[in-house]
Amino acid sequence: MKFTLNGTERTIEADGDMPLLWAVRDIVGLTGTKFGCGAALCGACTVHVDGAPVRSCQTSLADVEGKSVTTIEGVGGEVGTAVVAAWRKLDVVQCGYCQSGQIMSAIGLLSENRKPTDEDIDAAMDGNVCRCATYQRIRAAIHDAASNLA
Amino acid sequence: MHLITPDHYRQMLASLAPATVPSRRNFIKGLAAAGGALVIGVHFQAGKAFAATAAGGPAAAPMPNAFVRIAPDSTVTVLIKHLDMGQGVTTGLATIVAEELDADWSQMRAAFAPANPQLYNNLAFGPIQGTGGSTSTANSWEQLRKAGAAARQMLIAAAAQEWGVPASSITIAKGVLTSGTRTGSFGAFAEAAAKLPVPAEVTLKDPKDFTLIGTKLPRLDSAAKTDGTAIYALDIRRPGMLTAVVRRPDRFGATLKSFDASAAKKVPGVVEVVAVPSGVAVLATNTWAAMQGREALTDIVWDESGAEMRGTAELTEEYRALAKTPGKPAARRGDAVKGLAGAAKTVEAEFAFPYLAHAPMEPLNCVIEKTAEGVTITTGSQFQTIEQGVTASILGLKPEQVKIETVWAGGSFGRRANIPADYIAEAATILKATDGRAPVHLVWTREDDIKGGFYRPMFLHTVRAGVTADGKIAGWEQRIVGQSFIIDTPFEAFMVKEGVDGTSVEGASDTNYAIGNFAVDLHTPKVKVPTLWWRSVGHTHTAHVVEVMIDELAHAAGRDPVEFRLELLTDKPRHTAVLKLLAEKAKWGPKAGPGKGRGIALHESFNSVVGSVIDVSVVNGQIKVERVICAVDCGIAINPDVVAAQIEGGVGFGLGAALHDEITLDKGVVEQANFDTYIPLRMSEMPKVEVHILPSANAPTGIGEPGVPGVAPALSNAIFDATGQRLRSLPFRLEDFKA
Repeated sequence: MKFTLNGTERTIEADGDMPLLWAVRDIVGLTGTKFGCGAALCGACTVHVDGAPVRSCQTSLADVEGKSVTTIEGVGGEVGTAVVAAWRKLDVVQCGYCQSGQIMSAIGLLSENRKPTDEDIDAAMDGNVCRCATYQRIRAAIHDAASNLA
Repeated sequence: MHLITPDHYRQMLASLAPATVPSRRNFIKGLAAAGGALVIGVHFQAGKAFAATAAGGPAAAPMPNAFVRIAPDSTVTVLIKHLDMGQGVTTGLATIVAEELDADWSQMRAAFAPANPQLYNNLAFGPIQGTGGSTSTANSWEQLRKAGAAARQMLIAAAAQEWGVPASSITIAKGVLTSGTRTGSFGAFAEAAAKLPVPAEVTLKDPKDFTLIGTKLPRLDSAAKTDGTAIYALDIRRPGMLTAVVRRPDRFGATLKSFDASAAKKVPGVVEVVAVPSGVAVLATNTWAAMQGREALTDIVWDESGAEMRGTAELTEEYRALAKTPGKPAARRGDAVKGLAGAAKTVEAEFAFPYLAHAPMEPLNCVIEKTAEGVTITTGSQFQTIEQGVTASILGLKPEQVKIETVWAGGSFGRRANIPADYIAEAATILKATDGRAPVHLVWTREDDIKGGFYRPMFLHTVRAGVTADGKIAGWEQRIVGQSFIIDTPFEAFMVKEGVDGTSVEGASDTNYAIGNFAVDLHTPKVKVPTLWWRSVGHTHTAHVVEVMIDELAHAAGRDPVEFRLELLTDKPRHTAVLKLLAEKAKWGPKAGPGKGRGIALHESFNSVVGSVIDVSVVNGQIKVERVICAVDCGIAINPDVVAAQIEGGVGFGLGAALHDEITLDKGVVEQANFDTYIPLRMSEMPKVEVHILPSANAPTGIGEPGVPGVAPALSNAIFDATGQRLRSLPFRLEDFKA
């Protein structure tokens, strides 16, 4: 299976049915993308495929053949930098385990919508569970990042 | 499910210094109510090599004690004896040291301490290293202040020798030593200071001189937790490591009879399939293969002769029947029956609480590997000493041969503070069954976690309480029914008094309200569903019952709920101050108007007092939680922003339990499996949370848990205010509620 991961072309010898999550974590060894539910119910495994957020636990390796995958380790660019900076400025994290996925979803939202309303944030982020309930700060951080985007 | 017998604990506890086993009183205070710590003192390791290396910590010199290392590059690493599962304790504990050391925040680092009950025990737990009961800051406060002050004094002594000036001429500010025109960094004197004797006496700062404590310093873990570099147990990789998943029975108490692994072994990547006490373990070269292998197991037969076959409906009826009979007395004051006979108005109510899973975001997992000395376990370890003892007993080792490397934990909420160390023990049995050939990474899936037990127990309360014609509480009679997770463990000796498990009644039997005629009874039925503490333990249900009933009595008496409470708290200055601050900040006053409601709750837990006001609105017949305002007395707030974060998170956690969380059983089988059936609170349901911290000069008290208990009752009281309908049992399931 060939695809681009964080800007580098990769060939992975694995069954095309293997979820992208496990290929990235167990075969490539990038562990920033997290396993939370295995059923696209929590968003901890969110990565970008060709720039759009997807749940990597429900995306097979075959699905990404020839495509470009970005994980938390590959975050950059104007939006990514603004989001990570806002997360740090507001000390959003508690246990931190869901935050890779939260950040990937937030970057997805702000890449499409530079001035999201609270309702836009609800719609884009409701699939990302945080059991520490850092939601108030996630919301504030998204607004903060938006304010720093042109 | 119970891999570990009480004998294992006894062996484990016997291996600890018997002279330092905590008294029951201290242990109860530590685990159930926090604070009032048994102060053993700071273990300075003067001049001794500090052999252990903490995960992620620099292998620097042991300068100058067990808690503080100063490196030649002037970085100061604080050894954190507690687990950071999100509560921010690495930041808070490092702040305490930085304050007494007069360090600059930018030079501070934190590393998890190795497992060592002699050096790193929780002073509130006695001889056990562990995290829980919201004690991390409280028990470390004096210990780390002394450790920081000692390091400061030694740096000054080293500089005085080097510069040939009196120590009294040297000051430190922001990590720089100064005497006249001379200045120097910590790193310049670290080596010389390490050779000096550790001072027997240190002078601690006057709190009015604090410059770091009480300020909003940035968290030490924000960077690593936002770029994917923070390492959790699930991220641990070892050469040749195999990932194990376990097929466990559907019913608690069932045991494995037989299975067919032939198809599972054909799954590419599957290396081995072994029977273990908890079920069938499938080991593979990667997680996906292990999961596929588990799916491929066939013909599994369980012996259910000893299994729990009752469901939620049967248990509820049994609990209801028990509540009709007197139980073991948990509190007795005055004469409740006689008092109630004289009541002008009486309220009788039943409150039911379901089993609750903790569902931390990181599914339970750990890595265990054989080493030359014994084994090493890498995990988000919350009960290091218990885990060492349990693992040692399974593998025939001494506890000190079990090395534990603690890493960031993706949440816990009590789940990892497991008395039988369940998933650690399971990993040890897999290592044993495979003769330690390869490092084993045991991984639970989300379904394993939700179905796996160790829940907050089901509880049922009945209360009969009344008010007199002049609006005073005439009497209060409460019966509590629920399992104990302490009885039949070695903790029973410390935490159960005359048949009453303190964790079942805390928050009710010891209510701060001055109720003269007061009786609380407890029934402790046996059920084979494994249970455990869940963020704020007994307060998860007792606070709800007490605070809803107080509201009901205030209404029965025609009194304002705040005034009614204040009158019952005249000898409780902290509670009174929190309630007054809350009323002021929330602008408590006349009813908000049609379609709006507000409710209040006040509760002490873990030696902290939290008041909560919740505002709700009715939109198209549905209740919406708009805003939560909290006032908090947690002593000195080391980092007010971390305190606020814990209250914000506690509110969200409590709201999840109030609205959705519920584990139910059908004939002994858990009916929930993942986040589609065990419903977590999501972004769109999170209200605005405002946190007001009462200024305090007292030592810090708990903050990780105290935000949770007041949420459900304040919400119930707000819904009553808005609609006149009283919701008592949890969860409220507002989606089915018509306002």
